[in-house]
This record gives sequence, C-alpha cells and structure tokens, in this order.
Amino acid sequence: MARKSPEVNAGSMADIAFLLLIFFLVTTTIETDSGINRKLPPMDEIIDPPVIKERNIFTVVVNKNNMILVEEKLMDLSDVRSSAVKFLDNGGGVGEEECTYCEGEKDRSSSDNPEKAIISLKNDRETDYKVYISVQNELVAAYNELRDREFTKKFPNDRMTFVEANKMYSDPRTSVKVKTSLKPKLDEIKKMFPQKLSEAEPNKK
Amino acid sequence: MSKFKKKKGGELPAISTASLPDIVFMLLFFFMVATVMRDNTLMVENKLPAADQVQKLDKKDRVIYIYAGKPSSRYKTKYGNQAKIQLNDKFSVVSDVGAYVLAERATKREELQNVLTTALKVDGETNMGLISDIKQELRKVNALKINYTTRIGNYSQNY
Repeated sequence: MARKSPEVNAGSMADIAFLLLIFFLVTTTIETDSGINRKLPPMDEIIDPPVIKERNIFTVVVNKNNMILVEEKLMDLSDVRSSAVKFLDNGGGVGEEECTYCEGEKDRSSSDNPEKAIISLKNDRETDYKVYISVQNELVAAYNELRDREFTKKFPNDRMTFVEANKMYSDPRTSVKVKTSLKPKLDEIKKMFPQKLSEAEPNKK
Repeated sequence: MSKFKKKKGGELPAISTASLPDIVFMLLFFFMVATVMRDNTLMVENKLPAADQVQKLDKKDRVIYIYAGKPSSRYKTKYGNQAKIQLNDKFSVVSDVGAYVLAERATKREELQNVLTTALKVDGETNMGLISDIKQELRKVNALKINYTTRIGNYSQNY
C-alpha cells in the first residue's frame, strides 16, 4: 500500500468562513426606501384665509398634457429650478420686509422676501405622477440650493452643505453632541428659507 | 526506480469536505442578513419615478405603505387596465384608504402613533387624480405626514 500524502488541514476553514461572514455582516446595508417628504394641510377649513399678495406667489401648473406653466408661461422642466431660485431669492421688499441675505434682483414685482414667498403647485387629474414628482423634485432642489448657499456662507467651518448637514443630523449613527450642535444651525437656515410649497387641490372636472 | 512506481500506484487523497458546512452556513447567514423581507406581494406595476432631492424614510415600524398603479400582467384580465390602489394584499377603492390607515395606526405602538408617515409607492404612469383622491382621504383621517417614495436618480430618467 502506498504511503498516503498528508490530508490538507481543514481546521482553519471555519475561521476563514467566520471572517467572511463577519465581513459581510459589517458591510451589507439593508436597502432603505427614500423619497420626498411632504406635509398635507389639515382638513378643517380656514374661515378667514390670510391675504397673500400676488407677487409673493409663484404658481406652477402641470396640465393634463404634462406641460409645465410657470407664472402662466410655458416652461421646460430644466428651467423650473432656476426660475424658482430667482423668485425665492428676489428679496424685493423694503423697510421691515427687507431681505438682508438675498442675492436676487430685488424686483418689486416679485417676492418680498423668502419668508413670505410661497410656491403653489397645481396639477390636473390627468397629469402623470412621474412628471408631478419631477416638478416637486426641482422645486425642493431650488430650496435646497438656497439653503446650501446660506449654510456654507454662515458656517464655513463646518465644511459641508445644508443637505449634507441635514443628512448627518437624521443619521442615527451621529453622536448626540454633534446633533445638538447641528440643530440650531439647521433651524436657523430653515427659518431663512422656509419651505412653503403648497399643493393645491386639482381642478374639478 | 521503485520510488517512482510507488507514487504512481497511490490513490489521489480525497478532498476534505469538513469545511463544507461552514461555507453553507456562511452563505445562509449572508442571505439571511442581506434579504429584505417584503411584507406585501405586489399586485400592481410599481416602477417608481426618479428624484434626487430625497430623504430617507423613517424606521419601518413608523411607516404605513400604500401602493398604487396598474394591475400587473397576472391580474390584468381580472381587474382591467385602470390604475388601482393596493392595501395590504388586496385591491381597494379610494374610500377604503381612510379605514386602512386608521386600522394600521391602531396596530402600532402608542408612542409611535403620532409620528407615523404614510409612504405612497405609486407607479410613475399613474394619473394624479388617483393620488389626489388618496391625499384627500389621508387628510380626512389626519395622516398628514406623507412621503412620495422614489428611486434615486435624475428627473430626466422619468421621460
């Protein structure tokens, strides 16, 4: 009988397996859903609606053919963001309503200041959901662009944008200390550019 | 000479299979961890629209899901081609949404009942009319925090 060659030692196999297992455990992230958060207005009718000046409202209408009308003018989706930024950042108010941080054109016929500016998004019953979401996305992007700008201007030492800071704040891995230091900063920026995006009820047919 | 002969006569040593269970367990654990359990079987087409200004959704126990879209190909003959709402495991009509949300809310822990988000997982091809109806129903039951669930991507992918 021939001498058997020694068997390969398999004792360390389990260790390798566990090593790999732990590696995967640490690196896999379970997919989470993400999307655009919105808050619906409460149902109860407001008896005495506040009077809002026409110049402080930025109307966006998406009709049933998925065409976008911004301030009653036909517009391409790619221009919605820039015109929304222009409207929000206008700062045309004087005296008490003056906006000290706006960099816009200070046009008297556009919004007084970002705290007053309201974007009204209206859709038809036959509008496609994906187009509606695209428009919403662009409008949220306009707010984020301005908030980013103010955040980096105000807190240059943090070396991040508003969106990054907000993400960090909502991340459960961030320590409480960092969170408490971020909160007032985020609130301050949110107050400068409050997200006043109204979703009007669609036209009744 | 005899040395070589001996070697040729010897059988190949069997490969040890002692580590096979380890490998299998490793794979098992990996898949156990990485798999996301789907609570509902989708009965509607659900190609979510793309957006890039997104926020992560809350923890799963704080979310109520509402699906909507055209019935998927299996159900097309029975339910037709019109966009429908899916709640839990069945097709529903708009007037059921309120009751569904209230029932779901009641199953959640008390301290979470005020912080619930309603995630709308709606197919991109759906008409806004259906979504507006859902939104009205949600307003009626005071479920005001909503989330339009999207894929992450540029809006140009929507066309």
